[in-house]
Amino acid sequence: MEQKNTVLIDGQVVEINGEKNILELTRKIGIDIPTFCYHSELSLYGACRMCVVEVEGRGIMASCSTPPTPGMKILTNSPRVQRVRRTVLELLLANHDRECTTCDRNGSCKLQDLSNRFGVKKIRFGERDVKLPLDHSSRSLVRDPNKCILCGDCVRMCSEVQGIGVLDFAGRGSQTVVAPAFNKNLAEVECVNCGQCAAVCPTGAIVVKDETDRAWAALNDPTKTVVVQVAPAVRVALGEEFGLPAGEIVTGKLVAALKRLGFDKVFDTSITADLTVIEETNEFIKRLQSGERLPQFTSCCPGWVKFAEHNGADFLNNLSSCRSPQQMFGSLVKKHWAKDLGKKPDEIFVVSIMPCTAKKYEAALSNMTTEGVADVDLVLTTQELARMIREAGLVFDQLDVESFDTPFGFTTGAGVIFGATGGVAEAVLRAAHEFVTGQPIEQVNFEAVRGFADRKEATVEIDGQEIKVAVVHGLGNAKKLLEEIREGKADYHIIEVMACPGGCIGGAGQPISPDRETKKQRAKGIYNADKLSQLRKAQDNPMVAKFYERWLKEPNSAEAHEALHTTYSNRGRITGEEIQLIAGEQPKVDIAVCVGTCCYLDGSYDTLQKLMKLTETEQVQDRINLHATFCLEQCEKGPVIKVDDEIINAVTPETVEKVFKEKILKKLAAAGE
Amino acid sequence: MSKQTPNQLAQWKKEWRQGFEREKARILVCAGTGCVANGSLDVYAALKQEVEARGAYVTVDVLLEKEETGVSVVKSGCHGFCEMGPLVRLEPSGILYTKVKAEDAAEIVAALLDGKEPVERLLYRHPVTNEVYAEEEQIPFYHHQQRTALVHCGQIDPEEIREYIADGGYEGLQKVLTTMTPEQVCQEIIASGLRGRGGGGFPTGRKWEFTRIEKSDQKYVVCNGDEGDPGAFMDRSLLEGDPHRILEGMAIAGYAIGANEGYIYVRAEYPLAVQRLKKAVADAEKYGLLGQNILGTDFSFTLKIKEGAGAFVCGEETALLASIEGKRGMPSPKPPFPAQSGLWGKPTLINNVETFANIPQIIVKGADWFSQIGTKNNAGTKTFAITGQVANTGLIEVPLGTTLREVVFEIGGGIRDGKKFKAVQIGGPSGGCLTEEHLDLPLDFDSLQAAGAMIGSGGLVVMDESTCMVEVARFFMNFTQNESCGKCVPCREGTKRMLEILQRAVDGEGQPEDVEILQDLAEAVRDGSLCGLGKTAPNPVLTMLKYFKEEYIAHVVDKKCPAGVCSALKGYWIDPEKCKGCSKCARHCPVNAISGEIKKPYTIDETVCIRCGACVSTCPFKAIKEG
Repeated sequence: MEQKNTVLIDGQVVEINGEKNILELTRKIGIDIPTFCYHSELSLYGACRMCVVEVEGRGIMASCSTPPTPGMKILTNSPRVQRVRRTVLELLLANHDRECTTCDRNGSCKLQDLSNRFGVKKIRFGERDVKLPLDHSSRSLVRDPNKCILCGDCVRMCSEVQGIGVLDFAGRGSQTVVAPAFNKNLAEVECVNCGQCAAVCPTGAIVVKDETDRAWAALNDPTKTVVVQVAPAVRVALGEEFGLPAGEIVTGKLVAALKRLGFDKVFDTSITADLTVIEETNEFIKRLQSGERLPQFTSCCPGWVKFAEHNGADFLNNLSSCRSPQQMFGSLVKKHWAKDLGKKPDEIFVVSIMPCTAKKYEAALSNMTTEGVADVDLVLTTQELARMIREAGLVFDQLDVESFDTPFGFTTGAGVIFGATGGVAEAVLRAAHEFVTGQPIEQVNFEAVRGFADRKEATVEIDGQEIKVAVVHGLGNAKKLLEEIREGKADYHIIEVMACPGGCIGGAGQPISPDRETKKQRAKGIYNADKLSQLRKAQDNPMVAKFYERWLKEPNSAEAHEALHTTYSNRGRITGEEIQLIAGEQPKVDIAVCVGTCCYLDGSYDTLQKLMKLTETEQVQDRINLHATFCLEQCEKGPVIKVDDEIINAVTPETVEKVFKEKILKKLAAAGE
Repeated sequence: MSKQTPNQLAQWKKEWRQGFEREKARILVCAGTGCVANGSLDVYAALKQEVEARGAYVTVDVLLEKEETGVSVVKSGCHGFCEMGPLVRLEPSGILYTKVKAEDAAEIVAALLDGKEPVERLLYRHPVTNEVYAEEEQIPFYHHQQRTALVHCGQIDPEEIREYIADGGYEGLQKVLTTMTPEQVCQEIIASGLRGRGGGGFPTGRKWEFTRIEKSDQKYVVCNGDEGDPGAFMDRSLLEGDPHRILEGMAIAGYAIGANEGYIYVRAEYPLAVQRLKKAVADAEKYGLLGQNILGTDFSFTLKIKEGAGAFVCGEETALLASIEGKRGMPSPKPPFPAQSGLWGKPTLINNVETFANIPQIIVKGADWFSQIGTKNNAGTKTFAITGQVANTGLIEVPLGTTLREVVFEIGGGIRDGKKFKAVQIGGPSGGCLTEEHLDLPLDFDSLQAAGAMIGSGGLVVMDESTCMVEVARFFMNFTQNESCGKCVPCREGTKRMLEILQRAVDGEGQPEDVEILQDLAEAVRDGSLCGLGKTAPNPVLTMLKYFKEEYIAHVVDKKCPAGVCSALKGYWIDPEKCKGCSKCARHCPVNAISGEIKKPYTIDETVCIRCGACVSTCPFKAIKEG
C-alpha cells in the first residue's frame, strides 16, 4: 500500500507529496543537497551539477530537474555522486579568481562555503589562464567576470523576474562569459541598477559597489557637517548582519551606531516619505479631478523610474513627478536646512543608508542638485553600513538605543511602510480620502495591498468615486502590467511599482539572504513598526506641516515643485555609436542609413550594400560620408535613410538607385559646380 | 492548384514515368557539394553543350509533350564516392565515370551516342588489384553496400519533384492519408524496429507514439539536420540528393502524431542543402503535397526551414529547439522530454534526417520488409561517412550488423599504402575508438555501446599504425571543448582540463599521475554532464585509456610517442651499423647537433636536436632512426 507513492532515499522510505523534484524531497527529510543554480523563484536551469544523485537503473541525475517517481531508489551521497560533486567544485575553483581574502563576498560566498563543506584541499588542474577586466562603469555594481561560475542566476533573475535581460551568456565552451550585449559596460545598457543580479550571485562576480571609504573620508573631514538619513527598510534587516533574527526592529541601535561612527546628525528618511505621500496624493487628486495622466504611477523607486524611461516612454507622463524620499530629504537639507545652519550646500555632506543599489545611481543624477552640489553626496547600502559598524568595532547588539535627531526625525507609520511592497499605495490611500472629503478615515489598514502576490489590487471608494489601485513588485510584473494597460486589458487609477521583489525590504543592498522567508519576516517587522507608531498617517506628521509652513508653503506649490519634484527623460533609444563606412576626403554629402531593428527587418542592410556599390560604380566615394546609424525614429516607414538633413522613407534595395540618382548625385553635381 | 484527390498522385506518376522512359539515355552529373567543389558544374555544362551540339538533347518537358527520344543531361545528388569525383553516371547502362573534367565531355558523349565502348581511362580502377570496373554497382565500394535510404542519391535529379514522384515518391504519404489511422502509422514504425539514426538509437516508433498520445492544440515535427561531426556528411548528402524523401517522411510523421507544422533545422554551412530544400518545399506545395488539405484530405502540413548558426551542440535536441525559438542554443534538462514539452512548450517530435528518410519505404513496403534488413533489435541500414587511411573514402550505407572488417576492408578497400590497421574512431567526437579485436564486431547500436563507442551520426575514421592515439584523443577533445555550449560545469570546465592534460602529454610535459587524473576526470564528466555532448565527450579519452593505455603511458612516463607523431617526443639516433661516416647529415643539421669523425659512425646530441628530421631525409644509407 505505502509502496505506491514512496521512494527510497539512502535506504529511507519517503512519501512523495506533490514535490516537483527529488531535491525538494530530500530537503524535506533533512538532507541538504548542495546547489548553485537552483532557485525556487527562477526557472529550472540544471547546469551546476552539484545537486546530482544516483538513481538506481538510471545513473547520475540532477535532483533539481528530476521528478520523483514511485519506487525510485535514490542515493544522495554515493561514491559516484561524491566524485561528480567534488570534481565540479574542483573545476570551478581551478577557473576561479581565488583571491578570497580581498573579495567582497568573503564569508558569504557559496563557492567558498561548499569548498569548506566538501573539504577541497587540493586542485589537480591548472590555474585560471585569463584575467578579464572588471566592469566598474555602473554607479551601483561591480562586475568581476573572473569570479563568475556561470550558474546563470543573474541572467535568469534579470530576464525572468525583472523582465529586462541586460545580462546573458556570450561565447562558448570554456570561453563562455556572462556579459551585457556586445560586451558593453553595465552603464551603457538598460541596467536599472536594481542589483538583484548581485543579490542572487553565489560568488563575488557581481557585487554592490563599496563606497565606505568615501564615508570615512567625510566623517574625518572637519570642514563638513555630515548628516545621515536612514531608509525604512534598513531597520528591519541590519540586525541580520549581527546575528539578530530577520525582521527585528533595530532602529534605536542603528541610530546609536551611526552616532558612534561620528555622524553629526542622524535622520529618518521616513519623514520625507510622509512628505512624498502628501505631495503625491495631492498630485493624484488633481489628476483624478481632471481625468488626465491616469493611471498615476509612483516614482519613489529609482529602479522602476529608469525602467520606465527605457521601456515605458509612453507612460512617463503618468509617473508622479515627485522625487523619491531620499532625494526630497537631500534637497530640503541642502536648499533649506543648510540656511538654518548658516551653511552652504557644499559644507553639508548628506549620506543615505539605503536597502537599495539603484539609489546610488539616483543620487548621482545631474538634476538632483542644489547650486551645483549633489543633494545626496553618498549612498551606502545596509551591507556597507554593517561593514563600517564592524570595522569600528561596535558590538551592535550591546548598543543602547538612541533617537533620531530633529527636525528630520519625527515620523509616522505611513512613511515607515514605504519599505514593503504596497506601502506607498497604502500610505496614499490613508491620505487621499481625507484630502478629498476632509473627513479622517477610521480604518487605516489596507490589507489587500500587502503581501507578496505578483499583483495586488484594491478598490477604494472616495467621495462616491471608485478608485482602483494596483501594486506590483519585481519589474517583470510591472512590464506585464504596462503591456496590459497598453492593450486596454487593465485599468487602474493609481499604481505602485517597486523594482525589487518584496519592495525595498528585498533590495539588493540588504544583507545577503537567499530565501523568501527572510523577506517575509522583514515585511512583518515593517508592519509592526507601523502598528506601534503613535501616528499612522503622513498628513498627521507635525514636522512635515512645519516644513510647509517654513519652506514649502503648500502641497504642489512652486516652492514644493522646486524642491521636491523632478522630470524624466526617454531613454528608449541606445544613444548611438554610428558605424562609419565611407569617409570621403572632401565630403559634400552626408548619408546615413538606419540599421536599427525595424529598418533592418525591412531590408535596410541590402539597401546599404546597394548604396555602397553605387558609390563605387559612380566613383563618388571621395565626396561622400556614408554611415550606418541606429534609429532615425521613423520605424514604421523603413528602410529610412538620411541625406544631409533630409529624411527619406522606404528606400528599398529596388528604389535606392533612383534615390541615389535623384538626391545624392544631383547634390554632388550641384556641389561640383 | 485545383482541389486534389488521392488518385492524382497515381496519374502524375504514370504520366511522368512515361515521359522519363522516353529518354534514350541520360547523363547524370553529380552535383553534390564534393563534386561541385571539384568542378562538376563545368562538366555538366560541357556535357550538355556537347549533347545539344549533336542535336540529341531533350528534357522531360519535351518528352511529355512529344514522343521524342534523346539524351537528357541532369544534375544528381551525391553518390558518396566523393574522392573519385566529379562523377558522371550513364543510364540505363549504369556506367560510372570518375574524376571527369569538362574536356572529357566530347569523348563521353561520342562513346554514348555512337554506341562505342566506354571511355576506359575514366572508369574506376581498383588501387590494389588494378581491375577496371565500368558499372557503378560492380565497383567494390558499391557492391557491398545496400542503399535504401540513399537509394535515390546520385540516381535522380533532386531538384525535379517529377522524378521523385515518377519513382514512387509520396506514395507513402498517400497511403497513410487514405488507408491508415495515426495510431496504425505509429504501430507500423514500432513494428519495423527503426531506431533513431541521429546517434542515440531510441526506437523511433515509440517516440512517435509518445508524441501522438499527448493532448495539445498544437504539435510540431522537427527534422534535425544539424550534422556537425567532423568528417560526417550523411545528412547533407540526403538533403542534397533526395530532399523530397525527407519532406515525405516528415509529413507522414505529422499525420501520425497530429502535427500541422514542421521545421527542418539545417546547418547554414550547407548552402546547397538549404537551397534544394527550399525548392523542394516550394514544389511540394505547388503540387499540393504540402500545405492545406494534402491530396484532398483533411490533413494539412506546412514546413519551415530554419538555418542553424554553426554550433555543434544544436544537434542536441533541446538545444536545437531553443535555437529554433531564437534563443541561445543551449540544452535544457530532460524531463520534460520534447514529446511532452518541446518547441514553444508544445509536444514535439524530433528525428534525424536519415530517420525520416527511412519512413516512406517502411510505409510503402511494410514493417516486415524493413525489419528483415539488419539484425535483431537493429533493423535496417545505416549510412556511414568513412574517411581516414583507407583506400576508398566516402559515404556508404550498409545493413546494421555488418562487421567493421567488411566496411574497412571490402567497401573501404583496406588500409592505404600497405600499412597496418590500428583503429577506427566511430561516432566522431562523441564516439570512441575500436581496435583490431573489434574488427568482427557487428556495427549496430548495442554492440558499439558495449564496446564504449557509439554509432553517433555515423562518422567512421580509419587509422593506421602511423596514427598516435593520444593525439587523436587530443584532437577530438579540442573539438568538443570548442563546441561545448558552456552551460554545465563538467562539460565546460572538464573538457578544458582534459584537453590541458592531453596537450601536456603530446607536448612531452605529461606527468605519471596524469594517467589517474585523466581517467577520474573523464568518468566524472561522463557522469555529471547535462546533455549528450558532455556525457559522450570523454568517450575518445576513455576508449584510448581502455585500448591504448600503454601508448598514453609511453607519452607521460617514457616521454615517447610510439607512433612517431608527436614532434615534441620524437628522437633521432644514428644506427652505427649503417652509418658510413659520410658527414652529410652533420652538414645539413641546422643546429649542429650531429658530430663525428669521417668514415666513423656519427652521433646526435639529443639535447641540441630540434627534431626537425632534416638529417633523416639527407642520409643516403637510411642510418638515421626515429624513436
